[in-house]
Amino acid sequence: MSKIITTDVLVIGAGLAGERAAIASASKGLNVIILSLVPPRRSHSSAAQGGMQASLGNSAKGKGDNPTIHWLDTVKGSDWGADQEVVRIFADNAPIAMREMAHYGVPWNRVEGGPRDVYIKGKKTTIVEDDEKEGLITARDFGGTAKWRTCYTADGTGHTVLYTMDNLVVQHGITVHDRMEAIRLIHHDGKCLGAVVRSLRDGEIMAYMSKSTVIATGGYGRIYGESTNAIINEGSGSWLALQTGVVPLANMEAVQFHPTGIVPTDILVTEGCRGDGGLLLDVDEYRFMPDYEPEKQELASRDVVSRRMKEHMLKGKGVQSPYGEHLWLDLRHLGEEHLKTKLREVYDICMHFIGVNPIKEFIPVRPTQHYSMGGIRVNKDGHAYNMEGLFALGEVSCWDLHGFNRLGGNSLAETVVAGMVVGEKIAKYASKASLVADVGLAEEFTKTEKDKIARLFNNRNGENVYKLRNEIASLLTTHVHIFRFGEGLEKAVDCLKNIVKRTENVQVKTKVLGMNPELSSALRLEGMAKQALLIAEGALRRTESRGAHSREDYPDRDDANWLSRTLARWPDPKEDPIFTYEPVGVLDLPPGDRGYGGGQQISIKETIEEYNTNVDIVQKAEGRLDPSEPTGSRLPKERWKEVQ
Amino acid sequence: MGRTLTFKIFRYNPNKDNDSPQVESYQMEETQRLNVFTALNTLRETQASDLMFDFVCRAGICGSCGMMINGRPTLACRTLTSDLPETIELYPLPFFKLLGDLSVDTGIWFREMAEKVESWIHTQEEFDPQATEERMDNDIANKIYEAERCIECGCCLAGCATVQVYPDFLGAAGLNRIGRLMNDPRDQRGDQEWFELVSTESGVFGCIGMMACDDVCPKDLPLLEVFSYIRRKLSKIELSK
Repeated sequence: MSKIITTDVLVIGAGLAGERAAIASASKGLNVIILSLVPPRRSHSSAAQGGMQASLGNSAKGKGDNPTIHWLDTVKGSDWGADQEVVRIFADNAPIAMREMAHYGVPWNRVEGGPRDVYIKGKKTTIVEDDEKEGLITARDFGGTAKWRTCYTADGTGHTVLYTMDNLVVQHGITVHDRMEAIRLIHHDGKCLGAVVRSLRDGEIMAYMSKSTVIATGGYGRIYGESTNAIINEGSGSWLALQTGVVPLANMEAVQFHPTGIVPTDILVTEGCRGDGGLLLDVDEYRFMPDYEPEKQELASRDVVSRRMKEHMLKGKGVQSPYGEHLWLDLRHLGEEHLKTKLREVYDICMHFIGVNPIKEFIPVRPTQHYSMGGIRVNKDGHAYNMEGLFALGEVSCWDLHGFNRLGGNSLAETVVAGMVVGEKIAKYASKASLVADVGLAEEFTKTEKDKIARLFNNRNGENVYKLRNEIASLLTTHVHIFRFGEGLEKAVDCLKNIVKRTENVQVKTKVLGMNPELSSALRLEGMAKQALLIAEGALRRTESRGAHSREDYPDRDDANWLSRTLARWPDPKEDPIFTYEPVGVLDLPPGDRGYGGGQQISIKETIEEYNTNVDIVQKAEGRLDPSEPTGSRLPKERWKEVQ
Repeated sequence: MGRTLTFKIFRYNPNKDNDSPQVESYQMEETQRLNVFTALNTLRETQASDLMFDFVCRAGICGSCGMMINGRPTLACRTLTSDLPETIELYPLPFFKLLGDLSVDTGIWFREMAEKVESWIHTQEEFDPQATEERMDNDIANKIYEAERCIECGCCLAGCATVQVYPDFLGAAGLNRIGRLMNDPRDQRGDQEWFELVSTESGVFGCIGMMACDDVCPKDLPLLEVFSYIRRKLSKIELSK
């Protein structure tokens, strides 16, 4: 018999989203256990430097900001792929979440009244901060927004907010079991009853039974191998949902890339490098961007630059290295003073992590996977489709705040806002639900996992886990990256289907239980391969370009056929996955031009009213559970006209 | 370039029957821009599939990869092999419970520390979602942030002589946390409460002043100043009685 642990609420993942949701339940007197692969403060949330968007409107350049303008920026930024009601819930609650975190100890940077010098698009400008706002939470500028609204604490926003949040977790006495990995959900008849969990300390397999189960495990970036994500972001949370066969993963093809990750290690260096005059060079030290984008050159938008870099490397112009292909970023001409002051962070990263001195040397860079917009499809309460008692929030979910393109500062804010909003719904659900501690069922699910481990140990002449993982990464990096083309995608889909089969025959050489990193990777491999296939096939099927999903062979955004959200399920593990589509949600802002990114638009066929009538019907048919309030109830009509 | 590196790595798996601690050698050609994060992952993928170590962010911010590198506690992700001799000795951080090879249990220690120092803002005020936030001087926000930069990597404790003989000592990480909260106007703890928390030998007076913590801190936190600040504050409280 395996050990069984019971609790009211089981939260999988101890980053910002998971911890905030846990606190919401604990404050209602519910029992909560948080599981985490690592000690909570090591979660990937801690690595976010930039900040959180909230329309507080305290800084001079944020004057007049309000949730409607924030909403408008986000809907446009999503290329109309987001659920506009969810964006509204988010934008309305973001200021409250920032103030709440201030109350609990985050040292947000504050407004200092009077004039100060700032650099706007490389030019020195003086702005005058309002004396009356002195001491209130200030904001910095992030791309794609009409106002400065990104709240921050110096260069460590994720870190300070996570530390404050984890202090609250300690204060509430919430149990955290770290170095634990949920490997399968326990469910029956469309109801989630907990999870099978493997200890990463001693290898023990146990069952956790709960009323509400919450997945908050972050993104799946590491499936790409080269990713700015922490190395634990291997999609293990979204895999839990996919494994059920009934819960869909949505918009898996919507993946954001960043043009300048350094090689090796894939740490980001800021886009400010290009803004300040950095040049991109190829293997011949030739500056190639003007050939592709004569006008904007290196200063074209993030996705355009990334795409051109990838295209140029596919032409054989990349620099070969033991860590794969890359290009060069040349900052030498900016001079020592500039690099050691205005770009100090870039200078430090290069010196400390790859030993490159940007004053004298080129920096090796390549476009790198950065953020996953897609994930576990949930309704506006964070409740998963087709699975009562299962919730998801943060990057692992597709709530759907970001649609096909996420704005900087919105994802970190999403963690605490969803934690607050969805956290309430989780608590409410758990307060009413009763615990089903079905011992037989727990034993059945744990046994399947134990048998799987035994099989991985016993396979003879099987596949090497690290090699297979690298093959998956290489396929995605070559064909399902920012430069997408039908032919390449077809190839990736074929190869990945084959790899999915090969994962059954993985052989783990290290036959100890315990931490066993090889076994841990092997257990994640099927999920990585299958999600890679969903990304590739989703991208192949979507014959348009929208936000970060950019098809060279279909450059237009096609609202007539693709103003929809991809849903992918895997009912039979031995068969192919099933793809369906649903409307993105109730439309208030009609589809239009987002003002950047290029491409034409093909107009929507029906009227907005007709489109909106369909939302509830189709989403329900796809398994959406009824939210606590009717669809569209939180979306005030045409408020955006007041701010246009 | 062109060097052959020898990694001498402490190996021990407490979960494996009859395993005993030993040092194993691995050889590897040094590639350009190599750091210990990349090197260890390559070793795991090619030579030692069972090698245990911890990395999360690999960007010097999560604090997972503290280990002894040639006798010094530091972060493996921001250690370049080009700054090291051809032979690189890797040991787990001392003081913390060993989980296996280079992996130690820092999570439990830091959670207990947070409980001991009650590492949250102590306030009677309820959060009001409708109210504008309390104002704060930006200089104070920056000052709090300076101390909040600790990433709980445990290097200060691994380098600390006191904790080796007196495990209840809060160490630089614990005292830095206290200093951070003392500086925060939102925390309403009074002098007496602070005094009780830090005036014991597990607090600031347990330190024997060797200050290796200040030497090894990968985030360059001003730990020497933190200790003096807390000592000064305590003296003031004591004198004003």
